Amino acid sequence: MAMLAELTHRCPLACPYCSNPVDLVRRSGELSTQEWVDVFRQAADLGVLHLHLSGGEPAARHDLEELVAASTGAELYSNLITSGVGLTEARLEKLAANGLDHVQLSLQGVDHETADLYGGYKGGFDRKIAVAGWTVKLGLPLTINAVMHRHNLSTLDLMIDLAVDLGARRLEVATVQFHGWAEKNKAALMPTREQVQKAGETVHAGRRRLKGVLVIDYVPADYYATYPKACMGGWASTSLNIAPDGQVLPCHAAPTIPWLTFDNVHERPLKDIWMHSDAFNAFRGDEWMQEPCRSCARKAVDFGGCRCQAMALAGDAAATDPACSKSTLHADLLAAAEAASSTRDADLTYRRMPTLKQPLRTHDA
Amino acid sequence: MTTEIPETARPRLLKGVRTRFDKARDTWLLLAPERTLELDAVAAAILAEVDGERSFGEVIDVLMAKYDAPRERISADVRTFLSSLVERRMLEIDVP
Ligand code: SF4
Ligand code: SF4
Repeated sequence: MAMLAELTHRCPLACPYCSNPVDLVRRSGELSTQEWVDVFRQAADLGVLHLHLSGGEPAARHDLEELVAASTGAELYSNLITSGVGLTEARLEKLAANGLDHVQLSLQGVDHETADLYGGYKGGFDRKIAVAGWTVKLGLPLTINAVMHRHNLSTLDLMIDLAVDLGARRLEVATVQFHGWAEKNKAALMPTREQVQKAGETVHAGRRRLKGVLVIDYVPADYYATYPKACMGGWASTSLNIAPDGQVLPCHAAPTIPWLTFDNVHERPLKDIWMHSDAFNAFRGDEWMQEPCRSCARKAVDFGGCRCQAMALAGDAAATDPACSKSTLHADLLAAAEAASSTRDADLTYRRMPTLKQPLRTHDA
Repeated sequence: MTTEIPETARPRLLKGVRTRFDKARDTWLLLAPERTLELDAVAAAILAEVDGERSFGEVIDVLMAKYDAPRERISADVRTFLSSLVERRMLEIDVP
């Protein structure tokens, strides 16, 4: 079982596909150090093994070192999910000394230009390369986290080579998902069907070539697939998320389902929320399913797909995920994906705390 | 695929990969980046002897003393299991 702790929504980057909600929590609303420490302890008692320290940018929290020590104290396996910005070599040494287990570093592209354009932060790329070097020097396992979309999918093989050069043990290739901020950027980011197919082949070849060197995990796009992606092990079965303000979510995108209400660690013990809260029980098991999922043999495999995607595209969170070919909405979704993927020079909306800057434009070759 | 592992080679779990007993599930686990492996009795017994100091040959000797099985069997089990961890970037084998 795993818990994602979104320590903060603050982040120096502004990725247009950020999965944070469009309503970001401000600093003053964040849980305090002591509150997080207590949540970690409760999580360990609940049976959580892996703790993902995420954000926003977790390094924006000045107590990150303390939080890692608390995670170690609770015997959790700690994973820092970072953009790299805000980390220094000294800080990373301290984190390692406090028992940090794993560093997961995001890369928005394989060179300055793409990485800094999509990260919306100048100089970000150099900082990331430096962080990778410090991580490997400390002997910590490094994962490169690459979010791929129409404008960088063609560089996937370069991304694999870069991960090897940086000394990463693992590469996570995720095709952009259209939750959170990414929804606003569908036209600019939607990959084409050919790109998605080619990416699958590239990953396959890379895995064979790099066995024992680099582990490649790949989250393919589901908009062109026959069946939807399995919602991570099923709703409320193996993971939970804590938002910066202490709200407990079955999944990071769950607040997009308007009728769900969420409990807060301020008001209720974590175990009670996990076992008995409405949000966690809403889609547990398969009682809630509709046809065609209800009588489908794959329901134990993909759990009817993504609840949040069903909400966004079918207007009903309990519907069959339209990414499934058995959904009556599937043909529309496919047509929309293809139309979006052929949009030229669409604007990018960058993730921002409420003050908006001038949008940049993307360029299709 | 099993790689050749000389008897003098020293296997060690990489940093960020560690065993842990899980009381709730009453089993040994191997925790690694984004992975949890449930260890069966054989796997747990093998990893209990892999400490980065012992050589592959020594690990087999210790297991032989503990379990009543022919050396060849134990050697094959250890080799298969450790190779699978090498492939997953969880273990390294230092060849002297
Ligand atoms: S509901 Fe969708 S977004 Fe949420 S965990 Fe499942 S697959 Fe992911
Ligand atoms: S009908 Fe439902 S359970 Fe069957 S494959 Fe489609 S989404 Fe999965």
